[in-house]
Amino acid sequence: MRIETCYFCSSRIYPGHGIQFVRNDCKIFRFCRSKCHAAFKKKKNPRKTKWTKAYRKTAGKELAIDPSFEFEKRRHVPVKYNRELWTKTIEAMKKVEEIRQRRSNNHIMQRLRKGREVEWQRDVREVQRDISLIRSPAAGLKQKQAEEDTEMEVEPETIQVIDAKGRKQVIEAPVMVPATGEMIEDGGDVVL
Amino acid sequence: MSLYNFKKIAVVPTAKDFIDIILSKTQRKTPTVVHKHYKITRIRAFYIRKVKFTQQNFHDRLSRIIQEFPKLDDVHPFYADLMNVLYDKDHYKLGLGQLNTARHLIDNVAKDYVRLLKFGDSLYRCKQLKRAALGRMATIMKRQAANLTYLEQVRQHLARLPSIDPYTRTIIICGFPNVGKSSFINKITRADVEVQPYAFTTKSLYVGHTDYKYLRWQVIDTPGILDHPLEQRNVIEMQAVTALAHLRAAVLYVLDPSEQCGHSLEEQISLFESIKPLFSNKPLIVVLNKMDVIKPEELPPNKRALIEELEANCTKGNVVNADTNSELKTVPVMRMSTMTEEGVQEVKIEACERLLGHRVTEKMRTKKVDGILNRLHVATPTPRDGKARPPVLPPAVLQKMQKTAERETRKRKLEREIEVELGDDYVLDLQKNYTDIDEEERYDPIPEFWEGHNIADYIDPEIFDKLADLEKEEDLRMAGGMYAVPKIELDETMKEIRDLARQIRNKKAVLKDESRLVKQSTKPVMPRNSRARDKGRSTSKLRDEMEKLGVDMSDTQKAHFTRTRSRSRSQSAPRAKRARTDAAPPATTALARTRDTLGVRDAAMQRRAKHMAHVAISKKTKKMGLKGEADRFIGTKMPKHLFSGKRGVGKTDRR
Repeated sequence: MRIETCYFCSSRIYPGHGIQFVRNDCKIFRFCRSKCHAAFKKKKNPRKTKWTKAYRKTAGKELAIDPSFEFEKRRHVPVKYNRELWTKTIEAMKKVEEIRQRRSNNHIMQRLRKGREVEWQRDVREVQRDISLIRSPAAGLKQKQAEEDTEMEVEPETIQVIDAKGRKQVIEAPVMVPATGEMIEDGGDVVL
Repeated sequence: MSLYNFKKIAVVPTAKDFIDIILSKTQRKTPTVVHKHYKITRIRAFYIRKVKFTQQNFHDRLSRIIQEFPKLDDVHPFYADLMNVLYDKDHYKLGLGQLNTARHLIDNVAKDYVRLLKFGDSLYRCKQLKRAALGRMATIMKRQAANLTYLEQVRQHLARLPSIDPYTRTIIICGFPNVGKSSFINKITRADVEVQPYAFTTKSLYVGHTDYKYLRWQVIDTPGILDHPLEQRNVIEMQAVTALAHLRAAVLYVLDPSEQCGHSLEEQISLFESIKPLFSNKPLIVVLNKMDVIKPEELPPNKRALIEELEANCTKGNVVNADTNSELKTVPVMRMSTMTEEGVQEVKIEACERLLGHRVTEKMRTKKVDGILNRLHVATPTPRDGKARPPVLPPAVLQKMQKTAERETRKRKLEREIEVELGDDYVLDLQKNYTDIDEEERYDPIPEFWEGHNIADYIDPEIFDKLADLEKEEDLRMAGGMYAVPKIELDETMKEIRDLARQIRNKKAVLKDESRLVKQSTKPVMPRNSRARDKGRSTSKLRDEMEKLGVDMSDTQKAHFTRTRSRSRSQSAPRAKRARTDAAPPATTALARTRDTLGVRDAAMQRRAKHMAHVAISKKTKKMGLKGEADRFIGTKMPKHLFSGKRGVGKTDRR
């Protein structure tokens, strides 16, 4: 008795389950359930059907090539039963399975980590482009203006100047007003 | 066998059928349409063809009949004689001869009329000539009516004649009627001849076949013969006589000593004497039948004396004329009973043997035999001494043979024997025969699966080395930090950005939903003078929104967005008294201006718009031949020529 694999989705087929089709060239196609059988009858390609193992492997969603996959294989070499060999093999199977699982999980996690970075970039772009939806460019303008006004109300400096005729005069010093653009720029935008 | 097979003669139709067949064939196979305005040569050719065709068909058909019937001069004299007896030679010959003449006559008629047709000067004449020709041919055939029926009968009878091969090994059974000839043939062959307890049950020749010494023997059953002169014999008897006279065969003369056949023994013996000339040069056996009824020893003395006399004659020889062949001179007298089958096989064997010997001696007498004898030599070596010379076998081969002999005597107990021994306690145990596996492991249940994997797929002596390699590599990977999960840390700004992005997305979703709601509205479109969007707009709402977006909206009581514009699009100043903020517009309003001035800035723009409209309209009207912009006139709704009749390759609107 064997646990077979489904021709279409590569899942396991336990004895007594599924259906199999023998083509007139003697090739056997085993299917785990009617879904797979129906897909086969519709001539669907398992490599192009998203939900199959074959698709996930070809598309790089899952680990496809690894030495840990080389252990489980039909070898077609008859080996006589030997209790020791069998028990050792089962132990080995457990180890192999552990390694295999670790590797394939790692493959998937590494793949998913890339998505996180993409997400950040998308966030940044969103904020740069559409910040105006949640915060008006005019926000805080008035306050600034008010602050500046208060600054401006400080007593204008006076300086004594001696003119050409030698007379002493007191005049207001000129105020250095910054360009308007600079003021707005510091307003609300976040520097990234 | 196939030499004389009369079954394949074609059917001879009656005169009427014959004519019908030929004439209809002419009608079918020659042209039928001719007109008088055709050229006269053509008309003549048309009718000449018909005449010639008919003649040819008559000719072929008659020739075939004449050819297929056997010619009495060509067939074996046995058949010639038989046919003479059955059908009367003269009548038969005459019939075929007359058909031959008829054929000639038809040929001549056709020749004459073809000649005449060459001078036919009109269709009518030609047709009459053709009619006359065919009519005469038909008349000739009609005269052969009696002939044809006779030949048909002959054909049918011939087809039913047994196919007798005159040259093969043959046994002929003859004798008085009802002495048991047919019973005998039924016993030794697979023929199924009717047997009845009255004279002349068998009215014609019957053939059966039997096997002896891997050869095929033809056995012919003849009708009974009565003892009277040849001239008085009837047709049935004559068949038997013909067979006896012409076939070179072994003859069984069957006698019935019990006289149950209705003829006395004397009569039977006298018949034997009278037809003796027919037996000359043939192996002859006299058979006493019906031994189950009475044996010769039990007969009354006068009858017994007759039989004894016959036996004595036969053993003495010279009963029949057998020149130069001494074998045939003595005639065995055998006894049998077809009822109990006693002596039947012996009679058959004796007859076959005698005929075989006779045929060999006959052959030996011919000239050809020397050539064959010279080529034949049978070697019979004589042993030179009494020494035994067995075949030589090498010792190695002998050893091998011995070994195989030993091997064949098995030591192991069979499973069947164990089963018989144990009776009901027996359980089939094949694992005890797994001698290559250790005793204690032999009965292990072998595990097949582990967590959805086939254990058999992992069984491989090299798997442990490979696993060691894999583990080493895995350790290296672990040490190299391949599986270590990198810690993802977000700084403050990044966190802020993420938060902002989330807010933006939410806002976008809300906006999207709103716009969708607006689009989906199935309410009738508002009149032109109040726009749909106006309804949702108000200063308070604007204030709310802007505050949400972080703009300080204090001190905006007198901002310019608080002033509502008039609802008309005119450039005139807003009417002061209608300045409202929040109230909804009244349900109906009258149109303030004509529509052609709506949305037009000034007089210049209006002029330009008018000009553009004029150009567009005139272009359209000219092109389509309209009276004006509002011209919707259709002259003919369904032009006849576009909606009637079949449509060919043309288009629907241009035909």
